[in-house]
Amino acid sequence: MATLSLDSVKKQFGTTQVLHGIDLQVADGEMIVVVGASGCGKSTLLRIVAGLETASSGTVRIDGRDVTALEPADRDIAMVFQNYALYPHMSVFENMAYGLKIRGMKPAEIRRRVDEAAQMLEIGALLDRKPRQLSGGQRQRVAMGRAVVREPKLFLFDEPLSNLDAKLRVQMRAEIRRLQKRLGVTSLFVTHDQVEAMTLGDRLVVMHQGRAAQVASPMEVWGRPADTYVASFIGSPAMNFLAATLEPGGGAAALKAGPTIGLTDGPRAGEAGMPLTLGIRPEHIQLGEGGLDLAVDLVEPLGSETVIHGTIPGGETLTVRLPVPASGIGAVLPVILPWDAFHIFDGASGRRIDPA
Amino acid sequence: MRKKVIFKGIALPWLLLLPQLLITGVFFFWPAGQAIYGSFLREDAFGLSRQFVGFENFAEVLADPNYLASGWTTVVFSFSVAFTALSAALFLAVQADKAIRGANGYKTLLIWPYAVAPAIAAVLWLFMFHPQIGLFGRMLNGLGIGWDYRLNGDQAMLLVILAAAWKQVSYNFIFFMAGLQSIPKAVLEAAAIDGARPMRRFWTIIFPLLAPTSFFLLVVNIVYAFFDTFGIIHALTNGGPGQATTTLIYKVYVDGVQNLNFGSSAAQSVILMVIVILLTAVQFRFVERKVHY
Repeated sequence: MATLSLDSVKKQFGTTQVLHGIDLQVADGEMIVVVGASGCGKSTLLRIVAGLETASSGTVRIDGRDVTALEPADRDIAMVFQNYALYPHMSVFENMAYGLKIRGMKPAEIRRRVDEAAQMLEIGALLDRKPRQLSGGQRQRVAMGRAVVREPKLFLFDEPLSNLDAKLRVQMRAEIRRLQKRLGVTSLFVTHDQVEAMTLGDRLVVMHQGRAAQVASPMEVWGRPADTYVASFIGSPAMNFLAATLEPGGGAAALKAGPTIGLTDGPRAGEAGMPLTLGIRPEHIQLGEGGLDLAVDLVEPLGSETVIHGTIPGGETLTVRLPVPASGIGAVLPVILPWDAFHIFDGASGRRIDPA
Repeated sequence: MRKKVIFKGIALPWLLLLPQLLITGVFFFWPAGQAIYGSFLREDAFGLSRQFVGFENFAEVLADPNYLASGWTTVVFSFSVAFTALSAALFLAVQADKAIRGANGYKTLLIWPYAVAPAIAAVLWLFMFHPQIGLFGRMLNGLGIGWDYRLNGDQAMLLVILAAAWKQVSYNFIFFMAGLQSIPKAVLEAAAIDGARPMRRFWTIIFPLLAPTSFFLLVVNIVYAFFDTFGIIHALTNGGPGQATTTLIYKVYVDGVQNLNFGSSAAQSVILMVIVILLTAVQFRFVERKVHY
């Protein structure tokens, strides 16, 4: 149990800058999920914390101790790998005991800890098997067990669920969360899956091109995305973006598609005519007369709800998620864009603009 | 998936197989047959008469203390060559695996000795370790170590072991290299995070995971030391001094070509044939199983 702090951690491979200075403070027992598309630097960040890569500059502190230059062995961390990385020639018991044996723990204590972890993870019956005799889900549990028995200061997870099938993934996701809460170990979890990120994290780090685009709680990230990238990355289907310009006085925005939107939470600073990007989530769009006409080109029925893709006057595409079954949806749909559902971003930089 | 080609008639498939069958027949089955046939005959030294003697040649060979001594020499030689060649190759492969810059050049250079003919390799070593004209031979004598492999049997053995092992290192190196590269990086990283230092990682993770490769190479190396080192021994020591470096394969040559005892030489060949068949069988059994952990 420990805190983790990253101070302007940078990394470059040759001339390629992979991380542009990451700052992060993780509280004791907190679960931080680092999420981003592939190539955003999230795995590199995790590997730097693990000590498998060295940072080009910046410092990593675990529990206040500078570990930037230390070997992985000296950092007192445990990691769960994407492909589990179990030792193929060792039994499940030996896999879990390996790290304890290296630390010179007494066999009786090793036995006790492994048995305890195995019971917790329900792999007690598998202790004599070799990894190749296990299913994907079982291997995942063993990898977790190997991390748990060490009772480390920090858990690191490198996309541990991405090799599992969808059903198992949901199950393991909940289990990891339960386990992490129960053990109270500070954790860093890397994933590209936004649902995993939302459900697992106390806080999220949304990474984009080597930068932390936003560090906040899942609901904050969802409700007040810091820029258009975060807004489009979190939430499914993705947020709609509509071009607009600021009206004189900053109290309203004129959509390219026609209507003018009143900025209900207060006027924005900026000259009249400043380009804006207005974001609205598909689930916030309602059906109703007096709005825009959506020319429907694809209907995706999801059972109790329906996702509709189409274009609005002016040619911009719009995705709408309606809590109704798909039947009876015509070619043209009248939709209303509620004013208070809009997120206002700078049209040029993509940064969120809050009321002045 | 195996593709089955269907031929019309039987002439074409036979024609296509003919070159291989001819080579196998002329260079393998015929001499092997001759050896087996010869092992049951006794011939006078001038080749004027021969008679069938059953298993007498075998009985004689196996009762001959010289033959048994040579057998022991072969065992010592083979295991020393295999051990030396395997450990040197493993060491070099681990180093090459670590190297980032110039790794390819390094690997290429390490493969060269394999292309050197046994006799040439022997001459290289001869020029290095000859007591009078060899660089290292002179150096050793200069240091007060009485080095003369032509007189000292142990030194002769050491020299042929080194020369034979040197030639085999390249082959082993390639296999170890491939073996190392097939170990997932994440497994080694997991071990590092678990607290294992490089040496510990090597002995608890890398070495066990290379066991299948090592076993395969052990068999190949023993077969090599048994049968493919004739040229090296012939050029370096002629099996001497005395019988110090006369391995079984060299003894076949000495008894057959120099002493003109064809019956005995043939019987020895047949015994070697049985040994190589056994070794090959072990290897095939093993290769079929592939992974054993």
